[in-house]
Amino acid sequence: MSHSQASDKLMVELRDLNKWYGEFHVLKNINLEVKQGEKIVICGPSGSGKSTMIRCINHLEEHQKGDIVVSGIPLNEDIKNIEAIRKEVGMVFQHFNLFPHLTVLENCVLAPIWVKKMPRKEAEAQAMELLERVKIPDQALKYPGQLSGGQQQRVAIARSLCMNPDVMLFDEPTSALDPEMIKEVLDVMIELATEGMTMLCVTHEMGFAKTVADRVIFMDGGQIVEENEPHEFFNNPQHERTQLFLSQILQH
Amino acid sequence: MSSDISNSGHNPEGGPAKPKAPPQNKPKFWNDPKKRSLLFQVLLLSALGFVFYSIIDNTLTNLEQRGITTGFDFLTEEAGFGIAMSLIDYTEASSYGMTFIVGLMNTILIALMGIFAATILGFLLGVARLSDNWLISKASTIYIETFRNIPLLLQIFFWYYAVLRTLPHPRQSMEFFGTFLNNRGFIVPAPVAEDGFGVVVFGFFAALIGSWLISRWSKKRQELTGQQFPVFWASLGLIVGIPLVLFMLSGMPLGLDHPELKGFNFKGGITVIPELIALWFALSIYTAAFIAETVRAGILAVSHGQTEAATALGMSKAKTLRLIVIPQALRVVIPPLTSQYLNLTKNSSLATAIGYPDLVNVFAGTTLNQTGQAIEVIAMTMAVYLTLSLLTSTFMNWYNSRIQLTER
Repeated sequence: MSHSQASDKLMVELRDLNKWYGEFHVLKNINLEVKQGEKIVICGPSGSGKSTMIRCINHLEEHQKGDIVVSGIPLNEDIKNIEAIRKEVGMVFQHFNLFPHLTVLENCVLAPIWVKKMPRKEAEAQAMELLERVKIPDQALKYPGQLSGGQQQRVAIARSLCMNPDVMLFDEPTSALDPEMIKEVLDVMIELATEGMTMLCVTHEMGFAKTVADRVIFMDGGQIVEENEPHEFFNNPQHERTQLFLSQILQH
Repeated sequence: MSSDISNSGHNPEGGPAKPKAPPQNKPKFWNDPKKRSLLFQVLLLSALGFVFYSIIDNTLTNLEQRGITTGFDFLTEEAGFGIAMSLIDYTEASSYGMTFIVGLMNTILIALMGIFAATILGFLLGVARLSDNWLISKASTIYIETFRNIPLLLQIFFWYYAVLRTLPHPRQSMEFFGTFLNNRGFIVPAPVAEDGFGVVVFGFFAALIGSWLISRWSKKRQELTGQQFPVFWASLGLIVGIPLVLFMLSGMPLGLDHPELKGFNFKGGITVIPELIALWFALSIYTAAFIAETVRAGILAVSHGQTEAATALGMSKAKTLRLIVIPQALRVVIPPLTSQYLNLTKNSSLATAIGYPDLVNVFAGTTLNQTGQAIEVIAMTMAVYLTLSLLTSTFMNWYNSRIQLTER
């Protein structure tokens, strides 16, 4: 296990992050620093705030207190900053969220053409290259509805990569997949990790965490309860809540 | 059953006196599903046939007794009454056939005007109701809930009697830039083309072709270089600008027939009758409220994940709406939108309540009264609405099939 890709440049900084849904305090004083090339796996029981936290990073969710800095850009009220951050941050969703009215290729070139103002030829060439990397170049002209879940998720990863992001956020990317399709998606993610992408993954794939993560973060009740490198995290969990959680998901 | 019971006393075995028919026997023909359904169809058909026969027989006998001749000969007879508004030349000396054409054209006119305005207004209101802006969304909600829940006839009366009929008399007309508004309608100067106006018309069409070329060029350039070009504004500039420049250069070859107050009314110009305005306002505003709800439902039917994915890719709200949400919403919106278009067209027959000369008012009203040819007139009128409706839904179904999603 070589986790030496991380450089010293900070890609994501969360400082004293707090968020409320009305009265409900979802995120409580979250502090997290992610260096360039680092892979972070975030786990925890449902409702613990994992998804909400990574969705704050590209401002799909608004936070009420604290600071977020992504790739050196502070996330504040300035719409220019928010747009700049979104260009640097790719996101993969649990339910893929491909655009069903566009072909796979159109899904991939849409944002480069309309947001980055890239020539179509160039965008298509790049999209085909990335579709090849996720091993589905032959599906480029099909519609998302014609693909299996695993294929759709790989397209979604390619679509995000087409914007050439510095950071990738994965929000339970394999939770909606049939067991036999989980591997093909994880393989793509592992390959991405070995190429040095900065990644924050909310996932319960503990095998994936052991293989690629530099750090595993355990969240409960809106707080980061425990944070450690994978070996220590799985073999020697410090916190009682973590031990309980691990005993429950590693039983089978 | 009773015989079985009385028999059982004499039957020491207690079993049935006679063995029942074995189950593999054919079922009774009324228990065979195929024959049974055939039987019911034959019964229904003969019942319908009888009803129609008696209606037709009854009608023919009655017509004969009253001495009314049937047939469409009346269409060539002179009508002898005037019509307040006509898109083609029509005088009292024209035939009843012409009253049909005039009424039909007026109906089509109000339907097209209504569909055009209601669609634009409806889409804007539907999007507005979902706006993040509190004021815009509440204003749209109030609009929709108000106009959707007041009877259309009442709204037509409101615009006609409460708004347009209370305007001043022609002598006290409100004047804006050479146009006049009074209780006889909205009177605007009529344009009269003079020598050289053809150049301006030519310029207009040249500009249309020019903007088509620009949109092609810009699409191509975007594909090659990624540069985006403000096609809409450039085309608008061309289409307005070129004819305007040519118009100035050729010495403004357009005369205006200004309306003038002569006696109690205006002479010259074009008069848009208040009945048309009232009906147009009422139909558009009423139907727009329904279209807005349809559009809102369509947008809400697009899952929030789509917007999130587009947002996460860095797309702006406007581009997300245009490229992701609206194309997907349309496939949900089109079928109910078609119903709204059909409703609007059919509702336009309420024109008769304020005297707008549509098909129902002119043909199924005055012409019917004068000729007494009730069956022919009503049949023709019904056929018109049926045809218009079927044409509209055929077109909309064709459009809908073009934008459907490919599922597998």
